[in-house]
Amino acid sequence: MFDDIGNLMHGFAVVLQPQNILLMVVGIVLGVIVGVLPGLGGANGVAILLPLTFSMSPTSAIIMLSCIYWGALFGGAITSILFNIPGEPWSVATTFDGYPMAQQGKAGEALTAAFTSSFVGALFAVIMITLVAPLVASFALRFGPAEIFSVYFLAFCSFVGLSKEPPFKTVASMMIGFALGAVGLDQMTGQLRLTFGSETLIGGFDFLIAVIGLFGIGEILLTMEEGLSFRGKSAKIDLKVVIKTWKELPKYWMLSLRSCLIGCWMGISPAGATPASFMSYGIAKRISKRGNNFGKGEIEGVIAPETAAHAAGTAALLPMLSLGVPGSPTAAVLLGGLLIWGLQPGPLLFVEQTEFVWGLIASMYMGNLVGLIVVLTCVPLFAAILRIPFSVIAPIILVLCAIGAYTVHNNTFDVVMMLVFGVVGYFMKKANYPLAPMVLAIVLGDKAEVSLRQALLGSQGNLGVFFSNALVSTVMTLALIALFWPIIQNGLGRLRGKGAAAPAQ
Amino acid sequence: MSDTAHESGGAGPSHRSVEAGVAVVVAAVGLITVLGSLKVGIGWGDEGPKAGFFPFYIGLAIIISSVINLYQLFTVADDGAVFATWDQIYKVLTVVIPTAIYVAVIPYSGIYVASALLIGLFMMWLGKYSVLVAIPTAIAVPIFFFITFERWFLVPLPKGPIEKLLGF
Repeated sequence: MFDDIGNLMHGFAVVLQPQNILLMVVGIVLGVIVGVLPGLGGANGVAILLPLTFSMSPTSAIIMLSCIYWGALFGGAITSILFNIPGEPWSVATTFDGYPMAQQGKAGEALTAAFTSSFVGALFAVIMITLVAPLVASFALRFGPAEIFSVYFLAFCSFVGLSKEPPFKTVASMMIGFALGAVGLDQMTGQLRLTFGSETLIGGFDFLIAVIGLFGIGEILLTMEEGLSFRGKSAKIDLKVVIKTWKELPKYWMLSLRSCLIGCWMGISPAGATPASFMSYGIAKRISKRGNNFGKGEIEGVIAPETAAHAAGTAALLPMLSLGVPGSPTAAVLLGGLLIWGLQPGPLLFVEQTEFVWGLIASMYMGNLVGLIVVLTCVPLFAAILRIPFSVIAPIILVLCAIGAYTVHNNTFDVVMMLVFGVVGYFMKKANYPLAPMVLAIVLGDKAEVSLRQALLGSQGNLGVFFSNALVSTVMTLALIALFWPIIQNGLGRLRGKGAAAPAQ
Repeated sequence: MSDTAHESGGAGPSHRSVEAGVAVVVAAVGLITVLGSLKVGIGWGDEGPKAGFFPFYIGLAIIISSVINLYQLFTVADDGAVFATWDQIYKVLTVVIPTAIYVAVIPYSGIYVASALLIGLFMMWLGKYSVLVAIPTAIAVPIFFFITFERWFLVPLPKGPIEKLLGF
């Protein structure tokens, strides 16, 4: 424990180097721009900018990339409140009360409340990571293949049980991800598979290309279809409004705490920031005394989703760091970055790369603080970006996506694949297939498969190995509960419904 | 394909037919995965499960879930919703087709020239900008990217004959 504090302080020393502070500010600004622009989000924003970090040290690289992520989380709130357009899916719930507040001329209050609660949510999650991640990692060091597989299994089952999309569409999307991930060289036997004699497929499908295509190009196509025109409220935040809002905020500590807890929980399980923000909003609306006022410009309706979204977005890095299982697509891209810089994510990271891990954790504290200052002072600037017409922004984003796709392997064929993934993403999104499970399956497919096959090899093909000790049985049982959660919830609801009216869902 | 107009929008392909199409494509991907796995063997080899073991069951899962999706699609009544109006599809194609050409041209022209053309034509054609605005923007953006990537971050991007002529 004391070692950890010492390491964290050392991490702060690394982060506070002027060069790293500069990278942090650059990362935040790029991240907010990414978050504000339609078609660019946390995951593909980080994926596109990943090549910029190839020539940096891993610590500097992760500082900049994670700051892009924080920036994107902040940026979503700006468009939601001022333009009623959620820049990111997790800021949809922020539009419900944020935009009405802006219409009433309280844009400054809404933005200050959103940014501050984002900061609070993230801070809560970082403190949790600081305390819990080393413990989880040292615990996970003793995992064998069966235990590792059970953790992957839990992650993927939670997707099916917790996502809003129809379960079999989630399964289909996830399994396609696994299939794409399996193409190419088999890691255990060195055999080629699913390449059908094509040389370009030997390397398999890179998930970064998939991320840029599915989320970047796909999103532009969707935006184009909707024919967006941005007509927003003007924003100015002066110090008086900030201080006035800050004085008001402590009143809502209970709401904040609850939203933080919801966010952390949803972030660790791979449900992610979007359901966390909706759940937090829904619960706040049910519990609050002013619940009837929700949707008409209630500040609590801004605090709840923003706190939860940021807590979830940050907490998603806990399983990524300590277990090597990312909790969100963006965490998956960061994990891809670690692999490119030659670091192996997972429990060993805490032993072998102490400086890197604690540098990253320290940068989470600092990055969010820097982020809060940057967004509070630069809101009008970022809002101005949205006033640039889409016919100018769209081709520039397309070019950026192409550059990002090319630089992953310096291969122009990848750019073609990016467009293919983009069109696929457009159809999947329109047909209500979730994209995140597919991306995570491409990333984790090989690892999940290797642990499964090693476990089966050890047990000579006996599936009982996944229930052979208390730990692995517990995780597998949790996974099965998560997988069948909708059915279980339905059953519980029916049991309860016999006495009183069934809870509205 | 039904051409019935939906209340809120214009005519277009029905949502149901497109969704059925997606499900069929998904099932086809599953079938390809199963066939590819069978080729490399799905049983037990010297090193435990063979290379096709894992993808085989993945492929099966894709097919089964896609069949269930199809079944569920046809058990509910068609609400007549359109996938997208023809107008919307036209708009999407105005992005897809230029991007496809852009992507195809990159290996020959390099990324900078292709990007300048994409940005310029996009602005003039879809944004109705005058040549005087579009061309400077189209030239400035790739130059900015050139400086950022090649100079500051030392990441080389594909270059074509024009860059060679300029000595890069």
